[in-house]
Amino acid sequence: MTTLTDPPKASFRLSMLIYDTRYRSLTIQAVAMIGFMLLAAWLINNTMTNLETLGKTPQFGFLLEPAGYDINQRLLDYNSQDTHMRASLLGLLNTLLVAVMGCITATVIGVLVGVLRLSKNWIVAKIMTVYVEMFRNVPVLLWIVLAMAILIESLPAPRAFRGENPEATMNLFDTVAVTNRGIYVPEPLFSNSLGNIHLLGQSSLRFDVSVDLIAILIVFGLSIFGITKVNARAKRIQEATGDRPNTLWTNLGLFFVPTGILLAALGFHLGYPELKGFNFKGGTHMRNSLIALWLALSLYTAAFIAEIVRGGILAVSHGQTEAANALGMRPGRTMRLVILPQALRVIIPPMISNYLNLTKNSSLAIAVGYMDITGTLGGITMNQTGRELETVLMLMLCYLTISLSISMVMNWYNNRVKLVER
Amino acid sequence: MKKSVVFGALTVAGLAAGAAAAGTLDDVKARGKLNCGVTTGLVGFAAPDANGEWMGFDVGVCRAVAAAVLGDPKAVEFVPTTGKTRFTALASGEIDMLARNTTWTFSRDVDLKFTFVGVNYYDGQGFMVPKELGVSSAKELDGATVCIQTGTTTELNLADFFRSNNISYEPVPIETNAEAQQQYLAGACDVYTTDASGLAATRATFEDPSAHVLLPEIISKEPLGPLVRHGDDAWGDVVRWSLNALITAEELGVTSANIGEMAAGTNNPEINRLLGTEGNLGEMLGLSADWGKNAVMAGGNYGELFEGNIGESTPIGLARGLNAQWTDGGLIYSPPFR
Repeated sequence: MTTLTDPPKASFRLSMLIYDTRYRSLTIQAVAMIGFMLLAAWLINNTMTNLETLGKTPQFGFLLEPAGYDINQRLLDYNSQDTHMRASLLGLLNTLLVAVMGCITATVIGVLVGVLRLSKNWIVAKIMTVYVEMFRNVPVLLWIVLAMAILIESLPAPRAFRGENPEATMNLFDTVAVTNRGIYVPEPLFSNSLGNIHLLGQSSLRFDVSVDLIAILIVFGLSIFGITKVNARAKRIQEATGDRPNTLWTNLGLFFVPTGILLAALGFHLGYPELKGFNFKGGTHMRNSLIALWLALSLYTAAFIAEIVRGGILAVSHGQTEAANALGMRPGRTMRLVILPQALRVIIPPMISNYLNLTKNSSLAIAVGYMDITGTLGGITMNQTGRELETVLMLMLCYLTISLSISMVMNWYNNRVKLVER
Repeated sequence: MKKSVVFGALTVAGLAAGAAAAGTLDDVKARGKLNCGVTTGLVGFAAPDANGEWMGFDVGVCRAVAAAVLGDPKAVEFVPTTGKTRFTALASGEIDMLARNTTWTFSRDVDLKFTFVGVNYYDGQGFMVPKELGVSSAKELDGATVCIQTGTTTELNLADFFRSNNISYEPVPIETNAEAQQQYLAGACDVYTTDASGLAATRATFEDPSAHVLLPEIISKEPLGPLVRHGDDAWGDVVRWSLNALITAEELGVTSANIGEMAAGTNNPEINRLLGTEGNLGEMLGLSADWGKNAVMAGGNYGELFEGNIGESTPIGLARGLNAQWTDGGLIYSPPFR
């Protein structure tokens, strides 16, 4: 007698969705998902209905109306007759400008302070500790306002430069004017300029590209390419013969001569600021608001970066230092060649969030009247058009895009430097 | 379980918010307090005094409305707003009315969906410069740095003025009057521009007001007045007629000094209607019969408010000018109480 029975058929009954542990978790997840989507739909629907009863259905047509206001710091050409969209674009560029400048400065200061805080020199280490504790424990808004107040109150007004015996004089051989409206520095000018290329016609997103700049970049890029070629050849010869030909002079020549000739051909000269009428004219004007915001954001974020760098260095086992010392490496080279490359792996992930914080904190710009995107799109445009929902949504989208782009670049870099393990 | 409580609370809050939007008058009565939006501090118009008490011309309007509705001029919660936050505060229902030197413009009335209930100060945008600059006209300001409050109509007027005169300027956007004052006094800007009344009020607080001049150009019309949300006409009427009560009181010679005897009854029927001894105007508005009397008693009639806060006897020293009664050749004119 055979006791063989057919294996039970894997039949599916609805009750298994609740009683069978294999399916139960799926059921719960599906129900939760549907619930969440219903909630989201209800919230969105509620908002839309309420906005409709208020007569404020979301519309983005206002972006194409003339803005009507002026912006002081313009990276592209702009006047009050341009659209709100262009005003927002200018604001966005101002945000990016201060964010990029801030991230670079904060990194430089942060790494320096982080390394110095581990210094064996007691005074240096303590000064750095004081700096870090001071900056990271006070809200950044206060630092921004303080920096602005110092710039406005302590520096001379342009009218102090006037007259026979002025109270204030220009610095650096009369090339830089430091005033309480900002710092005027010489600007590069070309007397035989090749002109500009206008892109995108008359649209809100139009911009000009300087042909001079492109030419300089191309020539300089070719020079660098030449230098790598020369170095590759030197390396080949060194590997074949053991003697490395001297490349210093060729490289220096390649580095400076072609670009120099091009600059001379373009008639490169510096335009110096000059006191004319109410203000300095000529030169590049770095406004107080930009300087205050940039300084405060950099110093504040640098304090956090310093701690990250210090933590990263301390995370590298002391045995590495001892091993390097045993090989006879000097402390400077040990730091540069052994410790920092290993510390980078620990440092980079938290650095990303600090860069993101700096970028987001730049929206405090309005405190000093810096016209970033929060000041243009989220400030004046919102106020003049009364489109709160639309402008705030657009602002969020802008910051989200910037932040995600920073994350992407930094994650790519992180993947490159991280320890490859087998 | 907890979640359903939260959602229930959310729903109730949503319904409450919806109900609040429906009848501001009932809401204010139920709350026993008027939420009134004012500036963050402009001496003469709205600023806290040494005791933290809000004083000023706009504050007077808030108090008059509170007195008319609640019978108590002190039952006001003053909410300081900046040029940027004021409209959001009003639209969201955070404040019941806004009395903050706000210019009545087409787009604010139509597009932003507010109701301007009247004009309590006819103003225009002016320029203030230090005397030592030797500027006598705004057209000489080519290349000047101009401090300007951001999010205001003055910002747009300024751009138009400089563009139409084909001269350049550098705007320095500023959030509040106090910051503008700091930058202007430190010389970080050559010129400060805002409504001429605001300039006079700001100048009055300077250590040496005589070192600063107001330029003769008035580059815009700025009718300033209190405003409420669109769509609540009953509440709009209350604020409109409270302001008109102040104006009519001045026209009819009703002052805070003689209002007591006038309220006993006069032989002028319009005064009687205003003060509630005749007719049922208060009932029509949904207020008590003596609402008009309370409004005037809160801080005096329009003229008294003007003289006491910004008039020629105060440090701000503004002349009545356009803001005189129509009977004296000004623009201040109230429809009849009938």
